[in-house]
Amino acid sequence: MIEKQVNQKAWFMVLPVFLIVAFSAVIPLMTVVNYSVQDTFGNNVFFWAGMDWFKDLLHSERFHDAFFRQLLFSGIILAIEIPLGIIIALAMPKKGWGVPVCLVTMALPLLIPWNVVGTIWQIFARVDIGLLGHTLASLGFDYNYTQDPLAAWVTVIVMDIWHWTSLVVLLCYAGLCSIPDAYYQAAKIDGASRFSVFRYIQLPKMHRVLLIAILLRFMDSFMIYTEPFVVTGGGPGNSTTFLSIDLVKLAIGQFDLGPAAAMSLIYFLVILLLSWVFYTVMSNVGVESSAKGGSGR
Amino acid sequence: MANITLDKIAHSYSGPSDNPDDFALKQLNLTWKNGNCYALLGPSGCGKTTLLNIISGLLIPTEGDVLFDDKVVTRLATEQRNIAQIFQFPVIYDTMTVFQNLAFPLRNRGRSRKEIEPRVIELAGMLGLEKDLYKKAQHLTADAKQKISLGRGLIRQSVNAILFDEPLTVIDPHLKWALRSQLKRLHKQFGFTMIYVTHDQTEALTFADEVVVMYEGKIVQVGTPEELFERPQHTFVGYFIGSPGMNIIPCEIQGNRMQLQGNVINLRRNYDGMPTFSKVELGIRPEYIRLDPPDGEGLPVNILKIDDIGPYKIARVSLKDSIFNVIVPEEVTMTGDRGKISFDLDHVNIYGDDTLVTGEML
Amino acid sequence: MQLELRNISKIVGQDVHIADVSLTFQSGTLNILLGPTLSGKTTLMRLMAGLEKPTAGKLFVDGRDVTGVAVQKRNTAMVYQQFINYPNLTVYDNIASPLKIAKVPRAEIETRVEEIASLLKLNDMLKRMPQELSGGQQQRTALARALVKGADLVLLDEPLANLDYKLREELREELPKIFSATGAIFVYATTEPMEALLLGGNTAALHEGRVYQFGPTLDVFHKPDNLTTAQTFADPPLNTLPVTKLNNRMLFKSHVEVPLSGKLPQLPDADYTIGFRPNHLYLAPTSPKAISVKAKVVVTEITGSDSYIHIDVAGLRWVVLAHSIQSFDVEETIEVFLDPDKFYVFDDSEKLVATPLHISAAGGENK
Repeated sequence: MIEKQVNQKAWFMVLPVFLIVAFSAVIPLMTVVNYSVQDTFGNNVFFWAGMDWFKDLLHSERFHDAFFRQLLFSGIILAIEIPLGIIIALAMPKKGWGVPVCLVTMALPLLIPWNVVGTIWQIFARVDIGLLGHTLASLGFDYNYTQDPLAAWVTVIVMDIWHWTSLVVLLCYAGLCSIPDAYYQAAKIDGASRFSVFRYIQLPKMHRVLLIAILLRFMDSFMIYTEPFVVTGGGPGNSTTFLSIDLVKLAIGQFDLGPAAAMSLIYFLVILLLSWVFYTVMSNVGVESSAKGGSGR
Repeated sequence: MANITLDKIAHSYSGPSDNPDDFALKQLNLTWKNGNCYALLGPSGCGKTTLLNIISGLLIPTEGDVLFDDKVVTRLATEQRNIAQIFQFPVIYDTMTVFQNLAFPLRNRGRSRKEIEPRVIELAGMLGLEKDLYKKAQHLTADAKQKISLGRGLIRQSVNAILFDEPLTVIDPHLKWALRSQLKRLHKQFGFTMIYVTHDQTEALTFADEVVVMYEGKIVQVGTPEELFERPQHTFVGYFIGSPGMNIIPCEIQGNRMQLQGNVINLRRNYDGMPTFSKVELGIRPEYIRLDPPDGEGLPVNILKIDDIGPYKIARVSLKDSIFNVIVPEEVTMTGDRGKISFDLDHVNIYGDDTLVTGEML
Repeated sequence: MQLELRNISKIVGQDVHIADVSLTFQSGTLNILLGPTLSGKTTLMRLMAGLEKPTAGKLFVDGRDVTGVAVQKRNTAMVYQQFINYPNLTVYDNIASPLKIAKVPRAEIETRVEEIASLLKLNDMLKRMPQELSGGQQQRTALARALVKGADLVLLDEPLANLDYKLREELREELPKIFSATGAIFVYATTEPMEALLLGGNTAALHEGRVYQFGPTLDVFHKPDNLTTAQTFADPPLNTLPVTKLNNRMLFKSHVEVPLSGKLPQLPDADYTIGFRPNHLYLAPTSPKAISVKAKVVVTEITGSDSYIHIDVAGLRWVVLAHSIQSFDVEETIEVFLDPDKFYVFDDSEKLVATPLHISAAGGENK
């Protein structure tokens, strides 16, 4: 008797969360689904379009290019930020006055809003007045991110690394700090090299935080919008038009609501799918062995 | 393989200092002979782990030198000292199998696979790990993990010493017995010097040929388990070793006559030349006091309580203001609240200002 | 108050953590859960506290079903193996914290904290911070916090495991007094048989999630109903000898013959297991009935007054506890003596069928 009453109360407690989630996520998502299967010429007149927008989009070269650019960008970001983050975390002091100094320094870029980061780099990298741009130009480099696609890419990537590597560093540092001293002492006694210590102690113990770091960085970089929009506006040409920028161009610039809705759904599914793949693969690295080993309690 | 000498070692965690209170480890000299089994016994905070870390090289002492035979190794890194250490919580490499864990110290030293494999298999057999050899070490029980840690020490045939830092803390009582006797056998087979740090007297006494008792950063006694039990040099050793510890009771001594709460007992030793102390005490172990019914021989006492703790009983009796613990064998049944106690005079020790006074045998 | 666990089970996935446990605890008693790691002690405590829900079975307090009642609504306190105190509060504030949460008037808090502090000998340390205290004092503080709110049920999960040997001895001595002064139900988990014996009270022998026996501690120790209880409640481990009774002879292979005395002649022909404690295995015959057995020495451990001799008898591992210093060489063959009067005999379903003479005699008086 008592048991059941308690349970029902619990359901009522969950109800507000259901409502909030419904308003904040489910209903907007349904609106998007609604748009994605219709066409409009304005004046709130809609026609049934079925799967046409999806078909068009999946065959459009513009989408393919943006998608490929996005993958390349996320891939480069992960390939640089994760190892760099680990290296910096390993190099950080474990005790003494250096710890708070390093932690605060690391946290600083994370505190700056996205559009401000964009603005900072936009000015910083300008060839005429920016410190970086001007210095590079006067050193004889042919650097101009508003004209050269490669320079634009480098700028956007360096900016993201500057902004977000700290996150990876802080997560890895937390993971490293949780390793008991005895492990390092035992490794010294076993004559393990610096690399072995990393490979067999630090990396396995950081496994969980790395999973979180990679997921966060992947999702974030895959959805990147503000910074490149502020710095390059997707240009020169379409060279830094990532999926999100393309989406905005389509929806707001051209007011093609149907294709834009279809694109955001595909975009959403892609992120969901890739995140799931990352998660499963990375968690299996550690779990695979537990199925073979005995069960503990 | 070497003798390990500690020459005027002292350590302070806050660096060199003139204040003796800063020193976690007060100045001490000690030699660990090659191939022996030692235990470092003391309560937490007595400096035993500090001493162990100085030997293994994880800590550089503030003063003094560590010598392996004649070679000064004070500043030598741990990996160059050829030492193995087993910690309180088992340290294993999670991602490796048991085999890889055991092979790890040899692989790091560049041995060939051909050389490593038979050694690992042989050692796993000795440790009883052969069934799990190709399992991931992560999923084994605590005692198996501790065996792996031990195995990584034993696999290197040339180690100078194996150091244990309370290795049985996380092991269940039944397995403790098995693991301890296995350790002892392995010591006999391999002949490595072993140094075992613990606060548990049973572990220390059963494991070691010689026990070093530490208290507040100082060594209070070094001796065989028997010496520590029979002739504690200091009242602390008497209290710390034995369960319950030694009864330490104020008394007066003249020659071989002991005055105890108005009773006179003739001792087997003569203490005529004894200097004057501010306090003189009798030390006698609960095992060496006999409790008899009131019509028996001895000093009359009130029985405060008798606890049956299974294999034997512990009686608490009072002789006027002095309280004694007495161990009563399981067969003896005592009823009533009065009795007589008598001392086994061969096992009576006399302490002046907490230090053992050796009288002259009569 | 009375706490009753009725047919409690806890199954997680495929693993049975607790299997059909029924226990009843009365207020003012100390109840020990004795068993090795993973025997289910902690799970059982969590079930009692209401931190977990049983898969099957019910929990009653004074006959009232409390199975689903949240932990906050039960008057329960818990002390863990780790010393858990608020690091930024003084000892006084640590002890007073549950009372402050319960909005007890200030004056009353003061008297109750003083009272409990003097019971636990913490009077002089009330102004200090937890990290300035020794491990024993920190655990006393945690204990005081558990006791101060006058909980009906106090659960202690190996509270002495992280303390020094001598500190354990001291606290063990004091705990029963403290317990009897408060009148709550105490449940105390430990892996160590000696600890259970020193604390007294009642003991439940746990093994793999099952309670094998529950009763007054000394009764469980002296009269284990079954082999598992006897093995759980033995430190050093119980020596066992599997024998077969056939045609009025009781034999272990061809190595040992047990003469039939006491209850043994009436037992039907079958397989039995004989258990005897290491202090009942002797190096010299103690009675004319003593059985001589040849054994090989595995290793000898000397404690200063006693010797533990680990021996091998045709593949069986036994321990001799001798009250003297004995040293033997490894692999040396020695003669040891068994006293049939000291045997526990278990049948092939591991039930006790014969008790040692001195215990059955003493037990008879009690009944």
